[in-house]
Parts: sequence; structure tokens; C-alpha cells
Amino acid sequence: MTSFDAIVIGAGHNGLAAATRLAKGGRRVLVLEAANEPGGATRGREFAPGFRSAGLAHLVNRLDVEVAKDIGVDLKGYENLLPTTVLDGSGRAITLHGAYGESIDGVSAEEQAAFAAMRKKLIFQAGILKRFLRRPPPQIGAVSLGDLSTLAGAGLSLIRKGRSEGRDFLRMLLMNVADVTDEYLTDDRLKGLLAFDSTLGIHLGPRSPTSLLGLYYRLTGDVAGRTGGQFVPVGGMASIAPAFLRAAEKAGVTIRCATPVGRILADRGRASGVVLGDGTEITAPVVVSAVHPQTTFLRLVDPAESGTGFVRSVKNVRSHGNVAKLDLALDRIPDFTGLPVEARNGRIVLVRSKEQVETAFNPAKYGEFSPDPVMEITLPSLADPSLAPSGACTLSALVQYAPYRLKAGWEHGKPAFLKIVLETLERHAPGIGKSILAANLMTPVDIEAEYNLPGGHWHHGELQADQLLVNRPTGAASGYKTPIEGLYLASAGAHPGGGISGLPGWNAARHILSGATA
Amino acid sequence: MNAMTKSAADLRRAARDHIRVPRLETPFHDRLMAISEVNDWYNWAGYKAPHSLTDGELEYFAIRSTAALFDISPMVKYRITGPDAERYLNRLTLRDVRKLGVNRVHYTAWCDDHGHVLDDGTLFRLGVEEFRLCCQERHLPWLLDSAFGFIVDIREETEEIAGLALQGPTSYAVLRDAGFAGMERLKPFDIATFPHEGGEVTISRTGFTGDLGYELFVPRARALSLWDRLWTAGALHAIRAIGYGALNQTRIEAGFIVANADFMTAEAALRADRVRMPDEIGLDWLVDPDKPNFNGRRAILDARRNQTLKHILVGLEIEGNISAEHAIVYHRQKHEAGLVTAAIWSPTAKRNIAIASLERPYGSKFTNDLWVEIYAMRELKYQKMMKRAKIVPRPFVKLARRTATPPGLK
Repeated sequence: MTSFDAIVIGAGHNGLAAATRLAKGGRRVLVLEAANEPGGATRGREFAPGFRSAGLAHLVNRLDVEVAKDIGVDLKGYENLLPTTVLDGSGRAITLHGAYGESIDGVSAEEQAAFAAMRKKLIFQAGILKRFLRRPPPQIGAVSLGDLSTLAGAGLSLIRKGRSEGRDFLRMLLMNVADVTDEYLTDDRLKGLLAFDSTLGIHLGPRSPTSLLGLYYRLTGDVAGRTGGQFVPVGGMASIAPAFLRAAEKAGVTIRCATPVGRILADRGRASGVVLGDGTEITAPVVVSAVHPQTTFLRLVDPAESGTGFVRSVKNVRSHGNVAKLDLALDRIPDFTGLPVEARNGRIVLVRSKEQVETAFNPAKYGEFSPDPVMEITLPSLADPSLAPSGACTLSALVQYAPYRLKAGWEHGKPAFLKIVLETLERHAPGIGKSILAANLMTPVDIEAEYNLPGGHWHHGELQADQLLVNRPTGAASGYKTPIEGLYLASAGAHPGGGISGLPGWNAARHILSGATA
Repeated sequence: MNAMTKSAADLRRAARDHIRVPRLETPFHDRLMAISEVNDWYNWAGYKAPHSLTDGELEYFAIRSTAALFDISPMVKYRITGPDAERYLNRLTLRDVRKLGVNRVHYTAWCDDHGHVLDDGTLFRLGVEEFRLCCQERHLPWLLDSAFGFIVDIREETEEIAGLALQGPTSYAVLRDAGFAGMERLKPFDIATFPHEGGEVTISRTGFTGDLGYELFVPRARALSLWDRLWTAGALHAIRAIGYGALNQTRIEAGFIVANADFMTAEAALRADRVRMPDEIGLDWLVDPDKPNFNGRRAILDARRNQTLKHILVGLEIEGNISAEHAIVYHRQKHEAGLVTAAIWSPTAKRNIAIASLERPYGSKFTNDLWVEIYAMRELKYQKMMKRAKIVPRPFVKLARRTATPPGLK
């Protein structure tokens, strides 16, 4: 049997990015995937006869250019940035073109200027944070020269813009998005869009302190250098997993699917391999866990191998999803009132105002779903006709808030929530109800089961101030290394976080290859 | 009046009734109260406990010359049971619990993730899957959080279980005459159980005095009858009830440390530099690097390898006869080297002894030319004395009768 230098658990895009980087660094790498196919949350599935969903993600907005280039992920279509259209039900649409609204249709000239000023400000500020994305977070007590240069770089770029910019950055960093939009904008729909984008996938409402961080995170992403851009690769979202897979295979990575890991072997603080579900032992000096940190430390590693304090902190990682994923099989392309035809292939956000988002969040605090939810929609079969039979169409929506721990239980809640979501869609696209051939709603509980994602949280842990950087997923396991020597974290639960960026996996691999012990 | 007829205010008052008893009484309180001549009580973990009952000096010599009865009920006790109890405790504590046989006791300590000592205590193995952990501080949240991933049941039994320490050269004779047959076979750290008043009493050959001695545990309801049984049998063997003052003298002679007296426990310490690793308080011998992983293992071994241990606990012999309690230790009478945490003039060793915490390299590299500065209050004036101190091994008093099996009768 071949021996391996490293075992990567999980063939999600981060696992594959880590494996490819390690293989390119000369390591013999084995990737073990529990599902029958690689791809993780980008793994497609047939949700109705003849209709396929491309997975949890329906847009790419933060695939890191350097990562893609380095590991050889050859997606096409970067140049075709997709618009975002806001629909509030009035029939008057706002469409943001280019990278996060380089130009806007549907608002007054003054509002356009105000949005441009705000966009510029936020992109500048996000740019400062972005410096921290491509490297491990600084280690408290062992700050390296590289950390200092990143910090100094961030400081310099602030100073260069003058003292007031620096002050404004510090003022806004932990603000809520609602107040920030009020400072710049007047149009409720635009404010609603920013409120939605700040909180999507996070257990915060727009008025919650620090909710602006979610928007910053979005704006640390770019498409081919265009901040805030979004695209669907040629061939659709279903082409992402194969692209990562090709890159990994080309680099010489061995990938075994349908091979769940039962246990990570560790003894007295040193990892030495894994035991598969069927009892087979595979040893390697490096084990990279590209699955949820809670799965890693509460299930795969014997808790006896971790300290009580560490187990406590891993258990306390907040990781309850708030978003439901809807896939619809439609017999024709839906007609959203006011949606320009040329924006149909983009992102459609159904939101009236930031107050609507805030009000939608309120029940989620108490374990109830939103009776008036907000959502973003794409029509995946437009980019990838193979997803639906000819003439038919698929619709993908991310709907919030749908709290993981529903007080009434999702077996009762799901039909009721689906009804609300379909009614909302009907208001925006009259007649859509009659064209539905099949509807598949995945609550966070379903997402958890389908993708082995604890809490059904695609960030593998809330993306909030207390769970970022040196605290992601928790202090003693930040920076990819863990209290168990030879065991590394490489999933969205590690720095910087979720979304199809490839950064957690790639950063982890680079950290391992650097031979750093701290 | 039942709950239905009570007003909300009455119920509220009843719910906070515990404030009416700021000091709990131990199961032996009635007996202690009847004996106490000096009414010298102190607060032991929320319980009213005697500092002395009659005369401190007589109580000390009861321990060393006859038999002393000391109420240890306030000691915090946890019952840990279940199929994973051994594995659980092995991860929790420093020593290898797999080596602890049934009906055996060992002294141990436990640490947080950073290798800082949370407490020390004794672990009783009452069965293959049944343990009792005794200690100074309360740890239920830590013990429960440590149980994640283990099939184990953890219960605090401080209130339900009464404890007595019977210590001194005639303690075996007392037990024999009280009708506990076969006690002579008990070796140090052995446990045996005996019937008592339709229940059971657990007796271990353990103690905190460095002398021949036993500890007895019994359910609260049978506490007083156990006391009476020992008291009656002890009359001829000069049994005497004692308070903490006398016990403390003997434990210093035995070189034992007390949590939050000789070191700060990690959860009690407010200041970052007050926490201690096992090696810094003389407990390095408990750490077993060869056993499976345990809390603090990596931090402790890293500190050893990187030589980042900052403190050391030493035994001192000090010239003169004035107790150096809480005196500052100096190197070459000049450089501050540490603090005396416990000190007495030892009536048995006939030496002035102390336990001190020194800051390395004092005590590790610089072991000579140590001094303590004693401030003795003499009629409203401090008399300052610089006394020479010598590092000596602990225990300061080593008694052959502590370990002799079968034990002597006097």
C-alpha cells in the first residue's frame, strides 16, 4: 500500500485546495471523502426527476485569484460579472451592474452618487481587512515579522488616505449596517439590499452591532480583481467541483470518495493518521481536517486527546445556520415583475427595506422562522441548461431567516415555511406557482444532514467579531494548527471563513509547508 | 400551610432561606459543640469548623502521642462512576489511574489546559467503575465539562457524606477496640469497608498528618453514631477531638501543601503570574508523561523542555525558633527570592521549619546563601530578624509508624 505524507479529510473545495497545494509542495496526499462524489457544498444533486441543483452555493463572489492560479483551477467566465436586481414588489427594479454596483439603474442621480460614495468608502475599508485574508491570523504571543508587515501595511494604507479616513475606519468597523446605510442613502430598497448582504448566512439583523462586518467580508472578495463582483462560471456552478478535482488530480493527489473517516488517530497530543468507517487504519504524519471544527474535535478526535478547556471552547463555537435553500423545478422561465430580461441571469434579491430584514430577524432570535422572509434568487439552468429538461428552468433561492433550532421543530415548520416562501415568490412572479413541477426546501437541519455540516452553517461557525481571525474557530486552534500536533484545520471554520474562496484550505497547506511550528 | 396557600412573598422568602445560615454545620456539629471549650471556629468551605476545641498544644500532642479525631466533612467530595470513569479520571488528573487498584487511594492533582494546577486531592478507587475524589475547592463545572465524550456519572456528595480523620499512634488501637476487625492488614492507602448501624463505613489508611492514621466516611445519617463508637472505644487510648490549628502543624511537619495557602489554584488566581504548574509546587512526581493524554500534558512538558518553569517549592530549615510565616526569602540577604507560605517551630522535629515558594533560579540553581526576614511583633514594635535558611528535603518529620504494617498499638 502506498504511504502518504498527508491525509486530507473532506473533498470540499477547501479540502481539495489544501490537498493540491500540499501535492504541489511535494507531499504525497490522500483525500478522503464521505460522500460518493467530491465537491462538498458545491456537490450537485438531482432534486426532482430531470432537475439538478448545483449545490448549496449558486454564485461565485470570492474565489481567490491567487489560489485559483496557484493550484490550477481553470474556471472560465470571470469577465462576465453578473448584475444584482432588487425587487420590492412594486414593479420598479433597481439593478446593480458591474462589481457590486459600479453603475446602478432604477434610482435617482443623487442616490447613484450617494451609493457610489458609500461603495468607495466600504471597498477601501474592506481592502484594509483583505490584507489579513491570505495569511494565517497573527498568533498572540508569537507575532511574526510577516504579521507585523501586514499590520504595518494596513496602518500605512490608512495613514496615506489622511487622518480622517483612519478615524472613520475605526468608527465604522464594528458598526451596524443599518446606521451606515442611513448615513449615506435614502432609498429603502438599496438600504434593504445592503442589510440583506450584510446578514446573509449570519445570525444578526441589520441593527445588530457589528452587522457591517458581514458586508466587509463580502467586499473582501473579488472576481478577477474586481471587488464585490459575482459570476457563474461557464458550464454553471456544477463545473466548480470538477475544476478543483482536475487540479488536484493533475497535482497527483489521490482521492477516495465514499470513504468516511471514523476517527482521527491521536496519542498523547500527536496525530498519526485516521481510522476509516470500516476500521481500516491509514497513517500519515500530517492530518488536515477540511470538515467542520466541531466534527473534527467533538467526533473524530477522542475528546480525551484534547484539554477540557479546548473542548469547552469548541463546543461553544456558535454554528447554527439561519438560511434555507430552495430549489424549484419550473416548466418555464419565471417572469419576475419589473426584472429586466438582461438581468435574469444575475442575482435577484427580494427585499423592501432594511426594516423588513430586521423584522425578519426578530423571530429567529426566539427560534421561529420569518413570516415575511427575505431571499436571493438565481436561475441556475440559464447558465447550465443541463440542469433542467429543455424549455424548463430551475430556480435556486437562499431564504432567511430559518433558524436551525426551530422551536416547533422543522418537521412541522417546513411545510409552513415553504408555503410562505412560495407565496412570496408568487407575489413577485405571478403565475410561478402554477409552473412549479417540484419544490425542494432544505432547512439548516436538512443541509446539516446532506452536507455533513453541523448546524447547517455554511461558514462552519458564525462569522462574527468574536469568531474571526485569532479566534477562528477558537483561540487555541486558530492559525490552522491545533493543540494536537500534526492535525490542522482547513475548512471554512478556519480563517478567513466560508464562501468559495479556497483560502482556508490554501492557507492551511501553505502553513504546513512552511514548517512553522507556531 | 401548604404551597397553595402561601403568598408569593412567602415563597420568595423561602427560596432564599439559605441566607439565614451563613455557616453550615457539619454532621458532627453537635458533638464538636459539646466539647468545644474555646469557641474558636473558622470557615472551611462554608462550614463552621473548629480551629481548636480545647487547647492547641494538647491537640497537637494528641496527634503525635495518642489519637486525634478531626472532622473532615467539609472536604469537597465527588462520586465518579461509570464504564468510562477510569479513562475519564486518567484524562482529568496527572497520575495514571489505570495503576490505581480497587480499594486503593492515591494522592493526585489536576490542571487546566495550560498546565496550571486547579487543585490537588485524593482519589479513592471504591470499585472497578467507582471513584471518590476529595479536594479543597469546588470543581463541578470543570468535572462536568471534562465528561464530554465519556460515559460517566459525576455527583457532588460533600453534603451527604460525613468524614472523620482518626490520626495518631493509638488510632489503630481505637479502631480495633471499636470493633473494626482486620484493620491490622490495612497498608497505607488501602481501603476497607465495615458494617456500621445497618449501613457501611469506608475506612482508608490515609491522612494529612504524616502519622499513623485513618480516614472514615459514612452517610450523614450515621455520622453521630460513628463518632460515639470511636469516642467510646478511644477513651482508654486518650482520644481527643482536635481543630485545624493542630492539624496544620502536623501537615507542615509532613511537608504537605494546602491549596490556596501554599499555592493559588488556577481558578482562584486573579493575577496572571500567580498560577502554578505541578513542577512549581513540588508535584512534578505526579506527572506521568507515559500515560495517555491528560489535561495540561503538553503545556507541562513544553515548560520542562523549554525551561520556562518560573517557580519552585522548597522545604526550609531556619535558624532560631521564631516561626517565619509569610516571611520574604532573600538570596545573599539582598535579592528577593520568594515567600514562605507556611512555617512553624516543629515540636517533633525540634527545628524551625518552613515551606517556601521561590522564584527560579533561586531554589533551583542558587540553593545556598538563602535568608528569611522575620518580622516579629514585640509589644507594638516589629523586631526584624534576618535568619539563615537552608533548603532541606520534605517531609521534615518522618515516622516509621506511619507505614508500619501491622501498625503498633501505642
